[in-house]
Amino acid sequence: MTSTYKDSGTASLKDEEEFTDILEERRCTTDLGYALRTFNPQPYKGAPSSSTSDLKKAVLESQYLRYIAKEIALETGSSVEKVRQEARGILEEMSHNLQLGFIRLMAYTVNKVFKRLFRSIYVNMEGLNMLQQAIQESPVILMPNHRSYVDFLIVSFILFTYDIPIPVIAAGIPLASMKVVGEILRRSGAFFIRRAIGSDKLYWAVLSEYVRTIVRTGCAPLEFYVEGFRSRTLKSVVPKLGMMDMVLEPYFKGEVFDITLVPISISYDRVVEESLLALELLGVPKPKESTTGLFKASRVLQEDYGCMHVNFGRPLSVRQLCEGKINRSEYNLIPRDLPQRPSTEIQDCVNWVAHLIVRTQEEGSLISPWSLMACLLLQAPITTLTEEGLQWHGLTEKTLWLRKLVLDFRGRLNWPAHTTDSDVMSSTVALHHSIVHHKAGRVCLVQDGDPASQDPLSPEEGVMRTAAAVLMLVSYRNQALHVFVRPGILATAIHITKSTQKDELFSFFCFLRDVFANEFIFIPGRASQDFDEACSLLQKCGAVHMSEQEVTVLETGLEVLSFLQKLLQPFLDSYQLIFRYLCENGAHVFTEKQFLPAVQNLATKLILSGDLHTFEVLSSDTQKNVLSALRRLEAVTKLRASQQNEYKVNKAAVRRTGDILSGKIPPESLHAIPDARL
Amino acid sequence: MCHTFPALTSDRSSRICSLLYKHGSSMASNSSGSDSSDRQRIAQQRLSVIAGHLQRPVEGNSGILAAECKAQGDKLDVSSERRTVPRRRQEIMKWNGWGYSDSKFLYNKKGQAEFTGKRYRLSGMIIPGLREWMESTFGANLQHKTPAAPILNSSAVQPPTLNEAFLKELKSTGIPFSHDAEDRVFRSHGHCLHEIFALREGKIGRVPDLVVWPNCHNDVVKIVELACKHNVCLMPYGGGTSVSSALECPPEETRSIVSLDTSQMNRILWIDEKNLTAHVEAGIVGQDLERLLNESGYCTGHEPDSMEFSSLGGWVATRASGMKKNIYGNIEDLVVHIKMVTPQGVIEKSCQGPRMSTGPDVHHFIMGSEGTLGVVTEVTMKIRPMPEYQKYGSVVFPNFEMGVACLREVARQRCAPASIRLMDNEQFKFGHALKPQVSSIFTSFLDGLKKFYITKFKGFDPNRLCVATLLFEGDREKVLQHEKQVYDIAAKFGGLAAGEDNGQRGYMLTFVIAYLRVVLGFKYTLVLDICRNVKARIVRECKDKGVQFPPLSTCRVTQTYDAGACVYFYFAFNYRGLSDPVHVYEQVEHAAREEILANGGSLSHHHGVGKLRKEWMRETISSVGMGMLRSVKDYVDPNNIFGNRNLL
Repeated sequence: MTSTYKDSGTASLKDEEEFTDILEERRCTTDLGYALRTFNPQPYKGAPSSSTSDLKKAVLESQYLRYIAKEIALETGSSVEKVRQEARGILEEMSHNLQLGFIRLMAYTVNKVFKRLFRSIYVNMEGLNMLQQAIQESPVILMPNHRSYVDFLIVSFILFTYDIPIPVIAAGIPLASMKVVGEILRRSGAFFIRRAIGSDKLYWAVLSEYVRTIVRTGCAPLEFYVEGFRSRTLKSVVPKLGMMDMVLEPYFKGEVFDITLVPISISYDRVVEESLLALELLGVPKPKESTTGLFKASRVLQEDYGCMHVNFGRPLSVRQLCEGKINRSEYNLIPRDLPQRPSTEIQDCVNWVAHLIVRTQEEGSLISPWSLMACLLLQAPITTLTEEGLQWHGLTEKTLWLRKLVLDFRGRLNWPAHTTDSDVMSSTVALHHSIVHHKAGRVCLVQDGDPASQDPLSPEEGVMRTAAAVLMLVSYRNQALHVFVRPGILATAIHITKSTQKDELFSFFCFLRDVFANEFIFIPGRASQDFDEACSLLQKCGAVHMSEQEVTVLETGLEVLSFLQKLLQPFLDSYQLIFRYLCENGAHVFTEKQFLPAVQNLATKLILSGDLHTFEVLSSDTQKNVLSALRRLEAVTKLRASQQNEYKVNKAAVRRTGDILSGKIPPESLHAIPDARL
Repeated sequence: MCHTFPALTSDRSSRICSLLYKHGSSMASNSSGSDSSDRQRIAQQRLSVIAGHLQRPVEGNSGILAAECKAQGDKLDVSSERRTVPRRRQEIMKWNGWGYSDSKFLYNKKGQAEFTGKRYRLSGMIIPGLREWMESTFGANLQHKTPAAPILNSSAVQPPTLNEAFLKELKSTGIPFSHDAEDRVFRSHGHCLHEIFALREGKIGRVPDLVVWPNCHNDVVKIVELACKHNVCLMPYGGGTSVSSALECPPEETRSIVSLDTSQMNRILWIDEKNLTAHVEAGIVGQDLERLLNESGYCTGHEPDSMEFSSLGGWVATRASGMKKNIYGNIEDLVVHIKMVTPQGVIEKSCQGPRMSTGPDVHHFIMGSEGTLGVVTEVTMKIRPMPEYQKYGSVVFPNFEMGVACLREVARQRCAPASIRLMDNEQFKFGHALKPQVSSIFTSFLDGLKKFYITKFKGFDPNRLCVATLLFEGDREKVLQHEKQVYDIAAKFGGLAAGEDNGQRGYMLTFVIAYLRVVLGFKYTLVLDICRNVKARIVRECKDKGVQFPPLSTCRVTQTYDAGACVYFYFAFNYRGLSDPVHVYEQVEHAAREEILANGGSLSHHHGVGKLRKEWMRETISSVGMGMLRSVKDYVDPNNIFGNRNLL
């Protein structure tokens, strides 16, 4: 028997979902028996059975690749045969070699590892059933979020367990270079993509034709991370569009009737590489993926990582999503197997779909009690956390209050049922003993390194040490952020503008949404829906009263508003600090290499002097996001000619943005007019 | 190479002698050399023509009478009096369905499907497989029948709005006319599903107020003159086989609507055996034209699926396509000369040369004008000697993709037989269901053996295989050679020859399928992806619209070109439990059409635009293109006398 429980977070919603622990059954049977089970999935009905070599042949002999090869030969002056030879090489390096035998091996190993790492792996069976249906009807794209290396094979593992065709998975090329493991992954369905392809035309051509051929033939479901890489902050990443483009093109060109996108939300109670992530964000480079590294990492197997939730979202029909947004006839005048630059209409649509998927992933992910606690812990002064500690009693009370708010905001909560709240709290803290410890009614931050170390740390090193711990906490807070972002931005707008006028709030809301578009996921063109959603949520929890033109804060809502505003305060502080750096300290032209440490230095100084209260600005992720935001707002421009990412800053524009953000001047039409069609 | 000797054609009704000799222009030419005997013969012909001029009234004399017109016709008539279409069409044809009254599908007392009448090869036969197919394909069964309104209820028809002045002058010309309700209703519709459905339910909307039957070109000239004079709306009517709502009377039309039925203008006026052309009145229907030409040993080779009923003028007005276009060409390739009566006068070219470089071809304003500019009255068409030998054939392919690949290769090698068509699996099964009861145990044994061979021995999946039907024409030796070439290509794509009988049944099906009023075709150029996407879209739309049983959604490739193909889609669904099946049908059809356009298909391969497809015209031919057509209409017919509102 497998145990099931109801996702308590959606108890109030009508689509109650049941999650089943798939590990429970695994623990009762032998691993070998499991790996050798009969595997006989129902594939896509339109798919001819084709082997890996058929696929490669189809790609190499495609009209598209022939055309590009000719073009490149002409441009570079080399022979077509040579270019095609090169293409063959790229394809060899790239292509997967899915074999059932290796799937079994993979399933055997992964099964063993997962049983060690996790208490349970919960899967929503309903989603799995819908997927099984969808796979037979049209080519399916599996789109999980990417929070951990562990994600990589979990979907294949589940699909193998439930007799659903194994996907081919887009992976980064470093994985391929791992000895033995790379080959095992390749035979388990991974195909490998180089990082920073840049302007390598041939590589793009081979990759896109390869991906399109997989989609077109529907020979296997395709799995890829639309976020492009593992989110170091555990926050959703603004989607990358290259792969999305390739995947959707066969539909735009009418080569398939429809494509089904399946967003998959994977949530962890505790992420295996939590400390590595924080260090990486502080500038310690991530260890290179290597097989020996993998074995060294095997000590992580000793730890308890709680539960994992894999939530298969409702399959989305690309046809339905794009209905009325695009006119596919633009592809009618050029032969479909020749390259064609998509129109802005198509590009916008791809961008929109990609954002929608990431939002859906967010909505499908489950928030653990720990994330709620992280939100609250981060709002306490840092000295309290590191020194005397936070009162356990108060934290418990606040966490339960926050639980109610999350449910009000329609978040999915993973709050164990049949357990007392205090048990939940203490087991949660116990699970995260690497970050906090609970002693004598108080909760303190655990700081890495030997406290009894002989050498006293320099103040700067001390900041970094604390920062590592704080950033771990931040990443767990981030897992819950998507529920609070929209009302949070409205709360911030109310706080900064001190206005009650709806239109004024809306324009500030749009401004914030625009500035933080790299930080949080906003579906393009949905500013007013986002605003309405924020309003209705705040109204629902009794924080504000809405009328036709006004938003008035209610006495009862102060707690909620202040929580939300404080939740986003670190982002505002970080952005302001970097704006300040750019206006005052920085040169007009700088490189990314200069920029990151300089900001870190300034921030460290200010933290030490007590003028800055957030550690988040130390994160390279935040710093890069600010840079991207400013580029988007055209306050910073990237210099084309330069090889080493040089940027030119328009100090006046940066200052103006900072002034609007602090409420000194009202936002003008900084934000683009929302596209009415999207 | 250009021949520089004169080729003379005589046309006694229009009395034009043409001399073609200008170097650099191509022309109709006599293939024999310019020897003296020829010259003599030509000279004699000229004399007889000139004599004709002297004996007959001068052309353009408006005093010409209809009676004379007919007498003249009788004399000129190349052949016999047997005509398919009487003035009162209702005497032989259904008023609320396709074709002849005596031919229909019905379930006999034993509950078996049967096709009645004597006209077709299938007539009078029991079709044992049909019922099961109907039931298994869309859950249609005997218990659920929707009876049609049995006879036309004349009181349901609005009384005619008559323009008295027009009527009075029309009477004086002696041209036959009628405002009988049946006559009018008969000319108020084509064969779109919604039109037929309305008739079966006894719903009758706006119908023409008057029907006129001109007997010749000059009658038409008079009618058009009178219509202009009295501001009457004219709607030309040929065979009534339109599937584009082209014959629907615009409900907003307040003037009196006169249906101009060309069916009595049905003579072959002359045949030029040297240049291989025939001059024919435009009202003739396909089967008559073919039969009459056959009597002289010729054919046009133009065989649209509707050729039993559709007319020459209709073909020209809609840019029709025939099944055997690979040998004979489509209508635009067949037409040499057109005479059309417009409100601005008669348009025709001054010669019958095969090609001219004289600016845009004015014929292309006429072809596809769908009755918006005038009435086509006479057409000179290419003719060919009747083929010595005809052979049907068929090939079974393991799947549709292979079939399409084979057709592509056949087109690439430019060796397409007179006709080559590819039916998808659903249609293959339907064709099978229409197989008549076999008379001998031996035949049924053979059938079983064939089935065994293909599915078991050759491993074809009966749910994926598809069949191509072929028709070869020409002299015997070449046909056999050609056949071998095509079968060799087919073999490369896994095709197995499946016999003449299957092929012939495939073509017979074309004519008979129209009697099963569940299908309607529309077609466009492009191939494989379209077939899959459109079929899938139809299935999905039907599901969304609440159709209880999965619909039949099938297609066949009916024409191949160097650079594309024409695909026919059929779809049918069981409308049990739907409150407004016609609406559902229209929505599904609309969706299917959008899908086709989105996939790079064209709006229409040969049915024309009518009113049904007007909304997509601008996106199809661009605003400038629309403006061009508009300005032609504005010049030719400023008062919208030809007010059927098709096309634009």
